This record gives sequence, structure tokens and C-alpha cells, in this order.
Amino acid sequence: MWEFILDRAGYWAIIGLMMISLYIAFSAENLIKRLVGLSLFQTTICLFYVTLAKVTGGTAPILLEEDIPVHGPGDEPPFQASPEDAQLLAATGERFADLVHTYSNPLPHVLMLTAIVVGVATLSVGLALIVRIREAYGTIEADDVRALDIETAGLQDAEAEKDLREATA
Amino acid sequence: MIIETLLVSAPDWAIRHSAVLIPVVPMIVAPILALSPSGRLAWLITIAATAATFYFALLTLSIVQATPGGIISYPIGNWPPPIGIEVRIDALNAMILLIVSGMAFLASIFAWPTMLAEVRKEKIGLFLCAFLLCVSGLCGVAATGDAFNLFVFLEISSLSTYVLVAMGSSRDRRALPAAFDYLIMGTLGASFYIIGVGFLYAVTGTLNMADIAAQLPALTGNRAVQVGFAFIIVGLGIKAAMWPLHQWLPNAYAYSPSLVTMFLAATATKVALYALIRWLFTIFQPDYAFEQALFYWVLAPLGIAAMLVCSFQAVFQTDVRRMLAYSSVAQVGYMILGISIGTAAGVSAGLLHLFNHALMKGALFMAVAGVCLTYQGTTIRDFAGLGRSAPFTMTAFAIAGLSLIGVPLTAGFLSKLQLGYALFDHGWWWAVLLVVFSSLLAVFYIGRVLQAVFFQPPINPRKHRKEAPLLLLVPLWILALANIYFGIDASFPAGLARDGAVAALGMEALQ
Repeated sequence: MWEFILDRAGYWAIIGLMMISLYIAFSAENLIKRLVGLSLFQTTICLFYVTLAKVTGGTAPILLEEDIPVHGPGDEPPFQASPEDAQLLAATGERFADLVHTYSNPLPHVLMLTAIVVGVATLSVGLALIVRIREAYGTIEADDVRALDIETAGLQDAEAEKDLREATA
Repeated sequence: MIIETLLVSAPDWAIRHSAVLIPVVPMIVAPILALSPSGRLAWLITIAATAATFYFALLTLSIVQATPGGIISYPIGNWPPPIGIEVRIDALNAMILLIVSGMAFLASIFAWPTMLAEVRKEKIGLFLCAFLLCVSGLCGVAATGDAFNLFVFLEISSLSTYVLVAMGSSRDRRALPAAFDYLIMGTLGASFYIIGVGFLYAVTGTLNMADIAAQLPALTGNRAVQVGFAFIIVGLGIKAAMWPLHQWLPNAYAYSPSLVTMFLAATATKVALYALIRWLFTIFQPDYAFEQALFYWVLAPLGIAAMLVCSFQAVFQTDVRRMLAYSSVAQVGYMILGISIGTAAGVSAGLLHLFNHALMKGALFMAVAGVCLTYQGTTIRDFAGLGRSAPFTMTAFAIAGLSLIGVPLTAGFLSKLQLGYALFDHGWWWAVLLVVFSSLLAVFYIGRVLQAVFFQPPINPRKHRKEAPLLLLVPLWILALANIYFGIDASFPAGLARDGAVAALGMEALQ
């Protein structure tokens, strides 16, 4: 039982962080705190992908000497799959089965580089919006903003009433 | 006939690369616009770019229809899939691409007068830059055959949308909190999607959609697949404004600039729905037990709830744009209901309604934009008496409104009819009754506006009233006439929707 839990310690941490950050993003009244929650959520996703990428017994995905494909001028380009490889690929989904060392999967890291860029862009657009909200409302608390909006709606209604009365008079 | 002329007249490079050029053209042009010194120049370049995108979408559609099997696969950078990223077009995405690029083209024509009124002059180039990025992102979502690439394009379109919505703040500061809420919800939706893709990647080891689809049958009953599926459905559901995940939509539509409202209402939720259909039918096959349960216990009830609850909410709105926004959520409900039937007839009805809804909501929001421009107000009271002073704008509004209700001889009638047939064939006759009831609610909320427009005297006769500018009337009437034309002869959109459904469900669904 303990082994089961401890084996997956990384995933438990990710689940916990995800729950916490989602709660912050939904419940915080302060807009900056909401963005913090959102940012944390996106970072947790990066952790999730990176955890997935770990292969048991695998080393960092940098080709070690024995695995570097030997090819001189005139040889086939290194990534051309041979017919056997292609068959193996179709049968098992196993791509480079002929490597000497085990490597962790580099692809999730690459994906998360993109996701980090997206996260930074989201964060900066969000912060820019908060600056503008602060300029327009003088506050960054969501409930104050809501109260001000209700006030504006009331004023607009009153103005429309006045217009109506002037027009009919 | 148009197909042959297009194929014959197109140059060789266009035929070879048209699929990938659809998202690439607006993406390359967008940064140029940001540097453009004058707003008018930027606007003309935008029209040229969206026209080119529309042309490539038409060309792609022709190629898809002319190829046996109906699939274009374009390996980006010549890396063969499944390792490289693939642009994969079949009848389903070709239809979505046509809608998005066509709407982008019409929107960019009428952009000029609305931008002059709503965007500061020195910001027009940047505004159009964000608009083109949004077009590029939406087209990319529809074109790509790679699950992670879809996420990236989804975020490109979403980020530019947040900016565009916030640009409405020069007219009403409430656009800013609306954009912020949209940012939180939209990012959470995309994040949920990417978590789901992560689970599927962990199990299948691939990100290519066709490859995932090929590997999934061997993994029946795998818990990670089911969890990933759930995350993807929720994430895309937020993006598609599936009830009750639609809370971001009414405010975002009500306060953004007119151009943005019209374009988003006609395309953004449609593209997310397309992605939903792609995942539900092409990647996961509907014969999974958990997917059947999802259709019956989740999607169908949510679709019905959307069309009833949001139609009710629309009846009680005083602002026309908010009313139409709630109606949009209700219309998404019809589409979800069509999808949840899970048969070719149901999906094709959903797709046809998607096409028609783009036409009618595009026309409705364009007419509202006209009123915004000339009258500076969007409440129902502001609309009173406009039938006399702006007859052309308001007649187009009325046509699109009738189409939204589903009056015979309009496009909306035919798609609701097809939805009704599909529901009836499936034995869900009670759902047919609910569709009719929800259409009655549409009579109420559209009727309230039409009654004010045509049968009430203007509230304030001293306020300046006139017809909308010509640049707005032309695209508006193109859409309004399309609503009537496709209501009489629906062979073109119905054929697209049928082919799309067959492409989504696979060939055997044809029987």
C-alpha cells in the first residue's frame, strides 16, 4: 500500500498542485491572485508531462557514443527508417529499438517548451489586462469591479429613463 | 462546375500547398500589419490576405472533393507522419475552413467603418494584426492533424481573441473584466485539453491524430484513455461554450468591438465544436461503451439544457447583443444534441446547423453593428422605430432573425428539420418536441426586437438615425441572401455536411 503511494509520489504532488491552483484560479477575488493560480496550473501541466517522459533506468536524452549512427559521405541519412524498422514500427509502435542505452523520452520536454511560451504569453496578456482594469476601475478586486459594473448599469438605465421622459414631454 | 474551373485555373504550387497555406497566409501577413504606418493600408492588406485564405480554402475543398478517398495529407517540412506534424484535410475540416475563411473575408470588408468608430486610429494596424492572428489560429485548429499542434493553434486564436475583446474598452470599460474572465476560462479549457492529450500520449506514444485513432482499439478499457478522453471533452467544451461551461461568452460578445463580436459568433465556437466532433468520432470510435454513455447521459441532456435555459435567458435580456449571445449558446445546444445522436444523420444535421448558424449569427451581429455605428446604442429600446429610418439594415436583420427562429424558406428551417428527422429516426421524439419548444422561445426573443423595430415609434426622435454605411450593407446582404438561398436550395451546405459527417464517422456510416 505504502509502496503504491510512494512509487507515484510525483503524480500525487501534481494532483495536489493542480487542485490547489484550480481552486485559486476560481475562488480568488484579487485578479493578480487568479493569474497566479492559472500560471501555477500551467506549470503543473509541465511537471505532468516531464514526469511522463521519465523512462525507468533511462538516462538524459542525449545520444551516447555507442548509439551515434555511423555515417560517412554517401551513406543513407541517419533517420531514414529501414524496411525492418518500419515493420517493427507498424507492429509495436517501438521506434528506435536498436539503441544500446535506454534514454528518457525527449519529446514531452520539447512540447513543454512550447507550452511554457504559451503560458508566458497568457500571463503577459493577463497582466496587461489587469493594468487596464486598474486604470479604468481603480481596483483589481473582482467583487469591487462587479459592484462598479452594477452601478454603471443602474446609471445607464436612469439616463435612458430621462431621455424617454424628455422625448415624450 | 466551380470546382473544375478552380482546379484548372489554379497554379501548380497552389494546388500542392493550398492546405497548409490556409493558416500560414494570415499568420505571415499579421506581423506586417503591426508595422503598417496607416490604418487604411492595413485594412486593404487584411482584405487581400483574407481573400487569399478564402481562395485557398475553396481550392482545398475542390481538391478534397476531387480526390478519391477525400483526404489530403501534407507533411510539414517533409517529415513524414506520424513523427512529423501533418496537415490533414478531409471533407469535415474543408467545410469548417470554408466557413472560417469566408466569414473572415466578409468581416474584414465591413471592418473599416466599425473600426473608425470603435478603435483609436493609431491602433488600427495592431487591431487588424490581432484579427488576422485569430483567423490563422482558427484555420490552424481546423487544418492540423496533430493533437499538440491543435493546442498551439487554439492558444494562438484564444490569445488574440482576449486582446480583441479587450479593445472594446474604448466604448465600454466592462470589456476589460469580460476579456479577463474569458482569459481565465479559455486558458483553463486549453489546459484541460492538453492534460487529456498528455494521458493519451502516455498510453499511445504518438501525437498524430490518425495514429492515435489507429492505436486506440487495442486499448479498450484502459483507464488512462478514459481519463484523457474526459479531460479533452471538458476542455473543448469550455472553448465551444457547451452549457454550463459558457459563462465567459455573453459578456465577451456583448462588450467587444462589433467586428470581433460578429467574427467570433460566426466562427470561434464552431471551430471548437469541430475539434470536439473530430475527437468524438474520428479518434475515439463511438462504439466505445463509455462514449455511448457520454452521448446519452451527458451530451444530450447538456445540449437540451442549453437550448432551453439559454433561450429563456435570451428572452429576458434588454441588450440585443447579450440576447444574441445567449441565443448562440442555445444554438450550440442544438449542434451538441445533433452530435449526441451519434449517427451519420445526427452529425450531418449538427454540421448543417453549424453552417447555417454561422450565416445567420454573422448577419444578425453585422446588422447590430450597423445600429451601433449610426445610433450608438444596443438596447431593444434603441432599436425602436429603426425599421423606418434604416430599412435595408433592419430587413436583413429580420431575415436573419427569421432564419434563427426556423421559419420555412430560410436556412435555419432546413437544419432544424434535418435535426428533427435525425432525432425521430433515433427514437428521441421527446427531444423533437423540446426543439420545437425552444424555437418558440426564439420567436419570443427575436419577436420582441422585430416588434420594436417595425411597429414602435422611435423613442427619442431627436437622436440622429440613418442607414448603415455601404461597406457594411454589402456583406450584410450577402449573408442575408445566403440565408434565403440556402433555405430554398440547400444542396450545397447539405452536401458539405453529409460529406463531413461521413468523413468524421468513416465510410461504413454511409449505409
